[in-house]
Parts: sequence; C-alpha cells; structure tokens
Amino acid sequence: MIRLSHHLTDPLIRSNPVTLQILGICSALAVTTALATALTMAAALIFVLCASAAIISAIRRHIPHAIRLILQITIIATLVIVTDEVLRAYAFEISQRLSIFVGLIVTNCIVLGRAEGFAMHHPVGPSILDALGNALGYGLVLVIVATIRELFGTGRLLGIPMLPLAEQGGWFEPLRLMQLAPSAFFIIGLMIWAIRTARPEQVERPEHRLLSRQGEARP
Amino acid sequence: MMEILLASILTDNLALSFFLGICTFLAVSQRISTALGLGIAVIVVQGVTVPVNALIHTFLLAPGALHWAGLPEIDLSFLRIIVFIGVIAAMVQLMELLLDRFVPALHRALGVFLPLITVNCAILGGSLFMVERRYDPLEAVVWGIGSGIGWALAITAFAAIRERLRHADMPEGLRGLGGAFIVTGLMSLGFSGFGGLVP
Repeated sequence: MIRLSHHLTDPLIRSNPVTLQILGICSALAVTTALATALTMAAALIFVLCASAAIISAIRRHIPHAIRLILQITIIATLVIVTDEVLRAYAFEISQRLSIFVGLIVTNCIVLGRAEGFAMHHPVGPSILDALGNALGYGLVLVIVATIRELFGTGRLLGIPMLPLAEQGGWFEPLRLMQLAPSAFFIIGLMIWAIRTARPEQVERPEHRLLSRQGEARP
Repeated sequence: MMEILLASILTDNLALSFFLGICTFLAVSQRISTALGLGIAVIVVQGVTVPVNALIHTFLLAPGALHWAGLPEIDLSFLRIIVFIGVIAAMVQLMELLLDRFVPALHRALGVFLPLITVNCAILGGSLFMVERRYDPLEAVVWGIGSGIGWALAITAFAAIRERLRHADMPEGLRGLGGAFIVTGLMSLGFSGFGGLVP
C-alpha cells in the first residue's frame, strides 16, 4: 500500500502537474473567479481523469499502437460530453457560468498526458490512483487560487459574506483586480515562487551565469 | 464586423483574457522566431477550422439544423465537442499534406508546430466560443482569423520580452516558469487597457 500511495500523494505538491509541469492550466485559471465554479470544475476533472484512466488502462493490451491517440481522445471526449450534459441537467446555473471550459477538458494536457504516459503501461488500480492524485493536485491549485480571488475580490466565499464590506459599514474594500484575468497569473506565479523556495531542487538552471555575482572574470 | 475583429484581437484575447492555449504559450516562447512560426500556424488553423465548424454547426448540429433533410426535430448539439475535435485533427492533417505538396518551404517552417496545434485549447476554445456567442458563418470567419491574430500577437510579444529577461537577475524561485507567469499577468493587465476600444 505504501508503494502504491506515492502515486496518489506525489502529484499533490512535489510534482504537481500545474506548477511543475505547466499542464492543464489553460482551463484551470478562467474558472477561478469564484470558489463554487472552481470546485465544480475540479470535480468534473476528477471524474473525467479517473474514468478515462480506468477505461484506457483496462483495454490497453487491445489498443493498436497506430491509432492510440485517436482512441484516447474519443474516450476522453465521450466522458467530457457526459459530464457536460449531467451538469447542464442538474446544475444549469453553474454550467452556464463554467461556459465553454468544461468542454475544454478534452484538450486538457493532464488528461491526455496521464492516459498516454501512465495508464497505457500500468494496471487499472495504480492508474486510477495516479489519475486521482493528479486530478487532486490540479484541484488543489484551482481551489487555492479561487479562494484568494473570491475572498479578496468580493469579500465572500461560496457567495457567503466573509469580510465586512466598506459600503455596508465594515472595513473591507473589494480589490477589483482580483476578479480580472491578470490576478490569476500573478497568484500562480507567486505560488510557484513559494513552492520552489521551499523545494530548491525544482529551481530551473539559469541559461547564463551572471559574472558579477560570481566575482570572477570571463576566462 | 469591425467590433468582432477588434474584440477578438485585443480585448477578448484568447491567451491573455481567457487563458486558452497557455500551456503552449509558456512552453514555446523561448525565441521570437519559433513563437512567430507557431503564431502564424495558429492564425491559419484557426482561420480554417472556425468557419468549417461554423458551417457544420449551422447545417448539421444546431437544434433544428437538419430541417433540410426533413428531420426538423433532431438536436445533435451535444455532439459538438467530439465533432469539433475531429474536424480540427482532420484539418490539421489535411493542411500538413497540402502544405507539403504545394508549399514545401512553409511546411518545413511550420511542420513541427502543426501536430502541437491539434491539442491547443485555443483552437477548440475558438470554435466553442463561436457557438456560444451565436456567430453566423460570416462572423465566424472574422472571429476565427481575429482570434488567431490575437494569440499570435500575444505569444510573439511575450517571446520578445522573455528574450530580454534571459539576462535578468531574478530571484532563484522565480526563474523560468514563475517569472513567465508574472510577465504574462503584466501583459494581460496591459491588454485589458484596450477595454475602452470596443463598445
């Protein structure tokens, strides 16, 4: 079990798909203006990722090598359509707010990446754990960004007032910038900075050494 | 028309205000020349796939679209995600073949980027936005080309900034990816300044 559980825990922070491998952030950021949409999106991705990993891993010995990508995309797209239709049927208002971004799970690099990189070569059990870990790692980033953006952008969380607004006699002045696109980029950038400061082995090697810092002349 | 064009290039920029195609945006922006090549490939693919998808949506998938076949009550719009992905993959393949046959020089320049584009969310996103905003086929042509130009503009400018930043003395944790996000945020902030252009 210990051997298996690292499939689940590794992608949460250490090799988080969003902050380390820049996978899947396309859709991740646009839905983070409110916590409710981010949670829905994370749930949708968890379902699609786990189900596609399970199906692809189960039939991996029968997939001809030449058409594997088409097959994987077809399976993923089918699952995404099911998710989209279920959301539309049971949570219409939130599916309107998610707009096209549930559909874009099809092109989410995490899903295809895990299918091609892991589920194709491993049995069903580890594949599902690996998919769940990656989906949770993605969900974690989404929820953190959405919490910051909704809390400081509107003073609410999940629509419930948290900070007393200045216009209602409190002290909190909503930061309009938090509801705009740039803030999501800033928050992710700062998160990467924080993770890499805590784990210096992830820092990228510089392409050029700065001579002044080395204190030695060019050879 | 002019409004759609301006909006798609500047204010509704796919990369900077809808976060579409950001994976590729960050990965392939080390040099201006490659960024420009990818940008041109996106313009071409987007300009072809969005109108084709618009025609397919209007005449096959939209509710009541099969009226011409005597089946007015059929609504196939739930199929659009899978159909659009198929169309995009097929168009990219077709373009690769045509370019290889007739314009080999361009094929050599764009060759490596074309397969990448199939899974670029900006392309699928462009088609899905076209449906959601109910553009007619003519507007779809403008939206497709415009949003492609917007994406190309963003990635070229970003690559230019990154080339300069290569020599900057950044804190270790910000080097590379972290810094790239902050710069993209600043660019996005700049582009939101165009907001007043489109009523």
